[in-house]
Amino acid sequence: MEKTSIKQSILHILQELHEDIDFENEKRLIDDKILDSFDLITLVAELGDEFEVEITAKDFVEANFNSLDCLTEMIYRLMNE
Amino acid sequence: MFISYQFIVFLVSVLILYYLVPKKLQWIFLLIANFVFYMYADIRYPIFLVITTAVVYTAARIIETYENVKINKSIKKKKKFIMMTALFIVLGILICVKYTNFIIRNFNICLIRTGHESIPFVDFVIPMGISFYTFQAIAYLLDVYWGRCKAQKNFLKFLLFMSFFPQLIQGPINRYNDMSESLYERHDFRWDRIRFGLERILWGYFKKLVIADRAGIAVSALAESRESYTGIYVIAGMIFYAVQLYADFTGGIDITIGIAESMGISMKENFIRPFFSKNIAEYWRRWHISMGTWFKDYVFYPCGISRPVKKITIFCKRHFGMVVARRAAVYISSIIVWIATGIWHGAEWRFVVWGLLNGIIILISEELTPLYHMFHKKFSGLSDTVFYRGFQIIRTCFLMSCLRLFDVYGSVKNTFKQFFSIFTGFTYKKFGLQGLEGLGLLPADYIILFCGVIIMFLVSTINRNGNIREKLLNKPYVVKYIIFTGMLFAIVLFGTYGRGYDAAQFIYNRF
Repeated sequence: MEKTSIKQSILHILQELHEDIDFENEKRLIDDKILDSFDLITLVAELGDEFEVEITAKDFVEANFNSLDCLTEMIYRLMNE
Repeated sequence: MFISYQFIVFLVSVLILYYLVPKKLQWIFLLIANFVFYMYADIRYPIFLVITTAVVYTAARIIETYENVKINKSIKKKKKFIMMTALFIVLGILICVKYTNFIIRNFNICLIRTGHESIPFVDFVIPMGISFYTFQAIAYLLDVYWGRCKAQKNFLKFLLFMSFFPQLIQGPINRYNDMSESLYERHDFRWDRIRFGLERILWGYFKKLVIADRAGIAVSALAESRESYTGIYVIAGMIFYAVQLYADFTGGIDITIGIAESMGISMKENFIRPFFSKNIAEYWRRWHISMGTWFKDYVFYPCGISRPVKKITIFCKRHFGMVVARRAAVYISSIIVWIATGIWHGAEWRFVVWGLLNGIIILISEELTPLYHMFHKKFSGLSDTVFYRGFQIIRTCFLMSCLRLFDVYGSVKNTFKQFFSIFTGFTYKKFGLQGLEGLGLLPADYIILFCGVIIMFLVSTINRNGNIREKLLNKPYVVKYIIFTGMLFAIVLFGTYGRGYDAAQFIYNRF
C-alpha cells in the first residue's frame, strides 16, 4: 500500500476521533495532549483493524504518535515488516 | 521516618560527607548510606530489596543480549519468557508480603461460613517502600524489554537507583532514564543547589509538622468517634483530611526532592497543584503523578493494545457496532487500572471500591463529554469565566474529598453510612465552637491551620508563574531571612510534637 493511501486512511480515523482538529498540520498530538490516553487506545485498535498490523508496546511511544506523518511512517514500516 | 532526630542527624551527616568524599566515590558512598538507612529501619528490609533488584538486573542484562541478535520467533519467545519470569518473581514477592493476609482473611470468611476452621494469618515482614521500589523495578524491566532504555551493566549502580533512601519512604516511583544520569555523575559542591534543596526540605517539614499532623488530630477524632460526628462533621472531616493528606504527602515529597536536589540528583515533580483541577481525570494527572503515569504506561496502554482486548474490540465491532467497540478497550483497561490502583493503595476492600469509583466517575465524565460540548456551544464564553472555572474546581475538590472518606472511616460500610448521614443527619445545631474543640484542637490550632492553608495556597499560586525559590533569590536578603527563619520558628514552635509524635508517620509510608 502506498504511503499516501495509508496517510489518508489514518487521517480519516483521526477525524472520526476529533473532527475539529487539523491533523495534517498538528505536529504535537501527544506533547500538546490533543490525543488523550483514551484516544490512543481507540486509535491503536482502529489502526490495527484497518491495516491488519499489530502495534505492540514497543511501538507505542510518543515519537510514533505525535503527528499524522509519524503515524504513517509507523504503519508503513509495520506493513512491510 | 523523616520526623525523627536520628533522621535529621543522618541527613546532615550524609549531605556533608557526600561532598567531602572524592567525587568518583560519591555514588558508592550514597549506596552505603542508603543501606545504613534501610537497615536502621529494619535489618531484614534490605534482603527483599536486594532480591528484587538482583532478579530485575539479571533479567534486563539477559534481555539486552538479544538486542544484537537477529530477532526471530524463538528469540522473541525467550525474551518474553525471561521478562515474564522476572515480573512474576518481583510481583510475587510484593503480593506475598502485602496481600497474603488479605487473601487469607477473605478465604476465612468462606471457610467459617461452611463450618471449617480458619487459616491462621502469616506474620510477614513488609519492607518499607516495597510498593514503590517494586513498581520502579517493573518499570525498568519493561523499558529494557521494549527497548526504551539501556540495561545498567553495573549491579551496584543499579542497586543505588533502587535503594535511594529518600524515595524508599513514600516514593516517588522514579524512572531509570530520568534519574540515572544525575544519580551517577560527580557533583561539585554548589551552595545554590544545596540552598534550594534545604529550602524545599524546610517547606516539606513545615507542611508535615505544622499543617498535616495538626489536621490529623481532628481527622482521628472524627474517625474514632464517628457515631457522634455525623452530618456536617463528615463534611468537616472531608476538609480536614484533604488538608492533612495534601500537606502530608506533598510535604514528604518536598523533603525527598529537596534531599535529592541538595545532592544534584534530579527527580520529577509528583504534584502539580492538584486542587486546581477541573475534573477527576485532570486531578490524577496532577496528584501522585509518578503513580498515575506508571499505571498509564505499564498497565493501561499495554492492556488496551493487548491481543485479548483487541479481539474483544473486534468482536464488539462485529456484533454491537462501532459505538460499543470504541469503548471496549478503554472500559476494560480503565477498570483494570483502577482496581489495581485501589489494591496498590491497600490490602482492603475499601481501597478496591475507592479505585473502582474513581474509574467509574472518569468514564462517566468521558461519556458526558458530548453533552458538555453541546452545553458550551449554547453558552459560549461561559467556560472561560472565573465563575465556571471556580465551579469546576470546587466540584472536583468535593468529589475527590468524598472518595477520600474511604481512607478516613476504614471500611466500605462505615464510609457509606457516614457519607449518607450528610443528607439524612445534616444539622448546623451540633456544629459549633464546642463541637470543634471536641476534635482535640484549640482555637490557636485552628488559626495556625487556617494560616497554613492560606500559605500553601499562596505558594501554589505563585509557583504557577515560575519557581518561587528562584523568585525569592532575587529578593533582598532581609526578605529571604525573614521567610526562612519564620518557617523554621513555625516548625519549632507550632510543629505537632505532642500527641502521636513518636508514631507520626507519613500516610504513604505504609506503602
